[in-house]
Amino acid sequence: MTVEEIFDMTGVSVRETFSTMLNLEVERGSAYIEQGAHASKDGVVALVGLAGKWMGTGAISCSSELACKLASIMLMTEYPAVHDDVLDAFGELCNMIIGGFKTRLEHTTGPMGLSLPTVVFGRNFTTRSLAKSHWNVVPFHVLGHPFEVHVCLTQGPEDGPRLRQSFSSLISVSH
Amino acid sequence: MAVDVLIVDDSAAIRKILQRVLMQAEVALGKIYEAGDGVEALESLKTNKVGLILSDINMPNMDGLQFLGRLKASSEWKSVPVVMITTEGSQQKVMEAVQLGAAGYVRKPFTAEQIKDKLVGLI
Repeated sequence: MTVEEIFDMTGVSVRETFSTMLNLEVERGSAYIEQGAHASKDGVVALVGLAGKWMGTGAISCSSELACKLASIMLMTEYPAVHDDVLDAFGELCNMIIGGFKTRLEHTTGPMGLSLPTVVFGRNFTTRSLAKSHWNVVPFHVLGHPFEVHVCLTQGPEDGPRLRQSFSSLISVSH
Repeated sequence: MAVDVLIVDDSAAIRKILQRVLMQAEVALGKIYEAGDGVEALESLKTNKVGLILSDINMPNMDGLQFLGRLKASSEWKSVPVVMITTEGSQQKVMEAVQLGAAGYVRKPFTAEQIKDKLVGLI
């Protein structure tokens, strides 16, 4: 499995989710590899753990403003500020995007498990994976805002699927 | 005759979207009940007689496949059609759901038309 294949599977899954659930087209930017933790950022991040012969984490992130716009379209209700419904909708978008990615990935890796999504909203936080792998980052533009998908994958143990990785994504907050 | 429906999903957003799709579908719809997982769904069924269940798979406490297994093992609920609506697109999960007795399987993300198509013949 090549990095380009991971980028492409991510792109297809994002396009499918946005066009089906939100009736929106996304513009994909140049994908890249990021080592270690993400730079400190503000906004909303949703994470889902992947486990099987390969393990990892998938995450989506964007500004609070875009998260509110996406939730407003998805739920046909106006959300001027981040609210429980916005976080719930964002977590579900992550579930669908990373779930779609996982379904495509399984053709190569075999069956994988998917954890429940975790959503973080705040300022000046970083995310990192304890798997000591790199993040594959695919940036997009939608409604005039940046939207990113991060995928971290590493070969798992031979003894079958575990959702271990879902517990190994750390979020740290700087004050 | 109007049919009551139970929507089982841990995401309030998805429950809201499915409720909207059901209300827009040209079907004889009665009450819509909601549950956040299999445990809540079984509790809801003790007091609410429904004719159709839409259920997610990945949920806390009791997942959709465990819930489906419990329903199909029950003489009271085994005849109620259950449509799985889930991000789980793997063949393994689809086969498991079919073997347990699911009446249909829709992968998220879904369109309103895909849901409506699955309702044909069930309501």
